[in-house]
Amino acid sequence: MKKKLYEVAHSRAGDKGNTLMLSLIPYNEQDYQVLCEKVTAEKVKEHLKEIVEGNVIRYEVPNIAALQFVCHQALLGGVTTSLSTDTHGKSLSYALLEMEIEC
Amino acid sequence: MIRIGSGAGFSGDRLEPAVVLAENGQLDYLVLECLAERTIALAQKRKLQNPSLGYDPLLEKRMELLLPVISKNKVRLITNMGAANPIGAAEKIVELARKLGVSVKVAAVTGDDVFHSINLEKNALEVDKPLSSFGPIISANAYLGVKAILPALESGADVIITGRVADPSLFVAPMIHHYGWSLDDANRIAQGTVVGHLLECGSQICGGYFADPGKKDVPNFAYLGFPYADVDCDGTAIISKVQGTGGIISLATAKEQLLYELTNPNEYMTPDVIADFTTVRLREIAPDTIEVSCCTGKKKPDTLKVSVGYHAGYIGEGEISYAGMNALGRAKLAGEVMYERLKDDFSDLRIDYIGSTSVHRTSFSKNEVPYEIRLRVAGKAQTIENAAKIGEEVEALYTNGPAGGGGARKYTNEVIGIVSTLISRDKINTSVVIRESVKNEEKIV
Repeated sequence: MKKKLYEVAHSRAGDKGNTLMLSLIPYNEQDYQVLCEKVTAEKVKEHLKEIVEGNVIRYEVPNIAALQFVCHQALLGGVTTSLSTDTHGKSLSYALLEMEIEC
Repeated sequence: MIRIGSGAGFSGDRLEPAVVLAENGQLDYLVLECLAERTIALAQKRKLQNPSLGYDPLLEKRMELLLPVISKNKVRLITNMGAANPIGAAEKIVELARKLGVSVKVAAVTGDDVFHSINLEKNALEVDKPLSSFGPIISANAYLGVKAILPALESGADVIITGRVADPSLFVAPMIHHYGWSLDDANRIAQGTVVGHLLECGSQICGGYFADPGKKDVPNFAYLGFPYADVDCDGTAIISKVQGTGGIISLATAKEQLLYELTNPNEYMTPDVIADFTTVRLREIAPDTIEVSCCTGKKKPDTLKVSVGYHAGYIGEGEISYAGMNALGRAKLAGEVMYERLKDDFSDLRIDYIGSTSVHRTSFSKNEVPYEIRLRVAGKAQTIENAAKIGEEVEALYTNGPAGGGGARKYTNEVIGIVSTLISRDKINTSVVIRESVKNEEKIV
């Protein structure tokens, strides 16, 4: 059965220059291991291929049972000069939560 | 124990939460973080037009509300609202205090402006191109740390006003001042830094930027309380908010804020320390109450980061809406017409369909048929006149475009770009300038 990440986790987006950061925090800490297995950097890169031009690095933050994805070249040049309506990419947390995992 | 409140998380933040904190929060310190990356370049431009300006545009509004309260309750205020002109801001605060009949001693922290000491031929950190190649440089400000703020606290000032400093340093400085931590005590400073990081965005740890109805509900959302921390001598802190205010502080809100804007959770770099946020322990100890502890850190970086602002031309935008049958089809036809007519003048033209694919630049939902769509066209130009062409072309779609276009709007805005570089600490000279008002000054006569 497929499930959207939105059903099991929440996320907040941040930005630094042209780099986008997306947290992924399961509502239930017991789901952390499953997210570690299913939501790899490669899969996130594939899911966000229309948005992220550079590479995606995943950090595990086990002390709070959460993941952090750092996406390079993701903001059309970055907040200060981007032509995008959402120059910070603040809405992109919900792009990550659209991703589906098998469970 | 000391209590530090966070009354603003960005320049345009709400005004009243800081007043609520100062009035009812039993604070020792109130911090207002109001300086985003680009804000200081904009402020520098205002200062060039009028040398007495260049501080935060909301400084007067915020200080008028806060001065009587912080004076009555003996709350010391620390803020980066000085922006490009901390001394000008200090003088403005003294002027306001006189008008309000309040005594105040203000300490302005200077030294972040490194416009004249950076090498513009050095490559930017973001792109391998010299700083000078981006465009005419407007401003260059180093991120100062606690070392620059401590002398201001030692001066006994009621209000400490800075330009560019690292956001968490605004919170760590009063902890060091109060407890006398050594500047080499990396673990305590890392722990203070994580507390500052959790507080620096104002309501973002209290349910702000968090709510999602049905999924993440936030009570009394229209009247969010802003956070404060009770910090112990080892940096362990309990974060809460004033009773009766709206919002929620939970493990979930604290986790979102802990990871907010981190490019590497193992190495959160500030001028004061390199903190490892994967060592932090968060515990929900009561409703709306989180304990933060155990953060460890390493010695501070050798260099300081400098934010460099440059002129990046002008952006022109135009928007027009289509609704009902075939709305997306008509909007796309309008988009094609705009591309055809503007492509020769604008090398980088952005055409967005608001309501469909504009913010995510794609749509993850298949087969959607939006009822209404707003076309948005945007591009950059060297002059404001050229940038304005985009809005003019979009507006002309009224009579020349597809059927049923309505609500056209046009905008032009100046663009200020930001790139970064590093500067060695020995090139930085900070100082503290005092400005004072005394109540009933005529008594002295």
